[in-house]
Amino acid sequence: MSGTYLGMPAFPEAAHDAVRNPTLRRNLRHATHTIRDKRARAVAELEDWAGLRAAAKAIKDRTLRHLDHYLVRLEQAVTAAGGTVHWAADAAEANRIVTALVKATGESEVVKVKSMATQETGLNEALEAEGIRAYETDLAELIVQLGDDRPTHILVPAIHRNRGEIRDIFAERMGRWGRPAPDGLTDRPADLAEAARLHLREKFLRAKVGVSGANFMVAETGTLVVVESEGNGRMCLTLPETLISVVGIEKVVPTWRDLEVFLQVLPRSSTAERMNPYTSMWTGTTDGDGPRAFHLVLLDNGRSDTLADEVGRQALRCIRCSACLNVCPVYERAGGHAYGSVYPGPIGAILTPQLRGTGSGLDASLPYASSLCGACYEVCPVAIDIPEVLVHLRERVVQGGEATRNGVRVRLRPAKGHAAERAAMRAARWALDHPAALRAGQRLAARTRRLHPRRLPGPGRAWSDTRDLPEVPAESFRDWWQRTRGGEAR
Amino acid sequence: MRVALFVTCVNDALYPRTGVATVRLLERLGVTVEFPAAQSCCGQPAYNTGYRHETEPLVRRFDRAFRAYEYVVTPSGSCAAMVRDAYPRLGAKAAAEGRGTELAEAAARAAPRTYELTEFLVDVLGVTDVGAYFPHTVTYHPTCHGLRALGLGDRPRRLLAHVRGLELRELDGAEECCGFGGTFAVKNPDVSAAMGADKARAVEATGADAVCALDNSCLAHIGGTLARRGSRVRPVHLAEILAATEEEPYT
Ligand code: SF4
Repeated sequence: MSGTYLGMPAFPEAAHDAVRNPTLRRNLRHATHTIRDKRARAVAELEDWAGLRAAAKAIKDRTLRHLDHYLVRLEQAVTAAGGTVHWAADAAEANRIVTALVKATGESEVVKVKSMATQETGLNEALEAEGIRAYETDLAELIVQLGDDRPTHILVPAIHRNRGEIRDIFAERMGRWGRPAPDGLTDRPADLAEAARLHLREKFLRAKVGVSGANFMVAETGTLVVVESEGNGRMCLTLPETLISVVGIEKVVPTWRDLEVFLQVLPRSSTAERMNPYTSMWTGTTDGDGPRAFHLVLLDNGRSDTLADEVGRQALRCIRCSACLNVCPVYERAGGHAYGSVYPGPIGAILTPQLRGTGSGLDASLPYASSLCGACYEVCPVAIDIPEVLVHLRERVVQGGEATRNGVRVRLRPAKGHAAERAAMRAARWALDHPAALRAGQRLAARTRRLHPRRLPGPGRAWSDTRDLPEVPAESFRDWWQRTRGGEAR
Repeated sequence: MRVALFVTCVNDALYPRTGVATVRLLERLGVTVEFPAAQSCCGQPAYNTGYRHETEPLVRRFDRAFRAYEYVVTPSGSCAAMVRDAYPRLGAKAAAEGRGTELAEAAARAAPRTYELTEFLVDVLGVTDVGAYFPHTVTYHPTCHGLRALGLGDRPRRLLAHVRGLELRELDGAEECCGFGGTFAVKNPDVSAAMGADKARAVEATGADAVCALDNSCLAHIGGTLARRGSRVRPVHLAEILAATEEEPYT
């Protein structure tokens, strides 16, 4: 994924500062609680939500089982409609393809539709390195780009910013990227939106190349679909002469009938709307209407490897609605940056370590960035059992095991730094499997209980810094039973 | 009726009162309680931290200790969820690794006979009025495993509603995780503490005398946070509330 994230500290350290930033905590809490309550109402309106959710899951699973088949079908349909399909094994290849396509047009700037796939590959930075400027046109992405920031949410990349901060970013930075913000800009939402509109309009009308992702690709007709709220995406998809769409291979659905299910579950889960305001669909090229050249870059970048894992593959069902982020108590406190990936929150905690592997300290810490409370699973419209995958990936981190990397089955060694924990777990396992020894330990603890410190040493210190420890009782349950029921124990 | 009590390792070592209360409560309802001494830990701490191989012997031990009983009752939602959800997964993974079906069979025996206490009271015994007396204001924290993994629904509240003298106070954001999460509290101490602090504030805002739940581990986290804040609200396991009567009050 994007080089921007290399060298990030592990999750617990990255979360440390966010937890102590009251503005960030307040912004996030307000935004996530508002949207989660609205989502609950939008979902409750449908009597058959459970059925829709099951259908969405089943369609995705069936498609993923035959992914090769549907991708070939998609390629044929896109080609027949006048588009060109490119296959990219990883981020670098995808960026190379897009850069070459832009250069071939002779242009040095592109307008962009908000896209997770190009965030994942770090396309903007790759284009910049080749002298091509990429302009984000989604309002929140614009705020992130102008602020020299990184996105912290899948749907609302600037969720961590409040109105005052956005006003300052617009006033100070817009001029460097094009039309400056009007003098005396206030932090009223309407004024901020108008400033962005004027700034962006200039870009839409000038750009010859558009770059997008897609929410879905319909295999039977080769149609791509973007759902959005602002309409900026539609401008980018229709005005330029060349359109380049970079899309993860898992976004394919077989037919329009399948699409129907997702167009119901996605808006209700993400923006809590019954229907999203703009749904744009494009199929190849059409004479006299829209772009004259259309390129589809199909991105793997770890997805085939993920698909090879029986438990982990369910992460590929994700439709990036971000409902799991909005209910996650850990995301709410740690903020999106702590995850060190364009995919933050619960889905990021299971997707990123699969796409990138668990080799780095950050990636190995992500499966532990959850209390396993299960709220994410409960809201996920495609029923991804995120806690199950988290535990599965934790096992990969501490015990190693089989995994697929770059298409090859490999035996992963445990991640570094878990030797002491592993020894402790083994010792605990031995004691727990020998109740007599356990009981001797309990009795010793009970007898010495007056001597126990109020603070724990080592990794437990953080616990006893903010919480009082329970006192060891004078008698364990086992001993009470023995004393009062004597011989009855079996 | 004869049931086996699975007291759980945390209750055994740190919260024996909860086990004693469960015994008293069940006996009062005419149930014969046995305590199979061969029992140990359900394996949840190891499993949830990623140590699947360290967990497997504990699945076998659980099966050996309890297979003679039709009902296993435990005053812990998360341990019940471990046996019901994770044991079959452990069995399936072992079978997929070509290590036979023995673990899967042990899991299949253990899972359906294991009940969290309130499930057992409401679904098996069919009682919601257990004759309890607890003259205090109480707020109820539905722990994540009870709420989502086990789907306990309103069973605990129905039991609480019949406790004489008890006044139930609504807890704001009740369904939010308290931030304990086993080793999560140690691996992500800052986030865990922030979640605990928010939960403790919500508990205090109810003005209740006590906060109750079905898991002593969550109660240790919430109670430890409350105590450090100098709060007078006490953590009490639901079993202890249900066990209390006018003749044998909670102390
Ligand atoms: S994991 Fe589920 S809830 Fe989270 S973004 Fe993906 S589809 Fe939405």
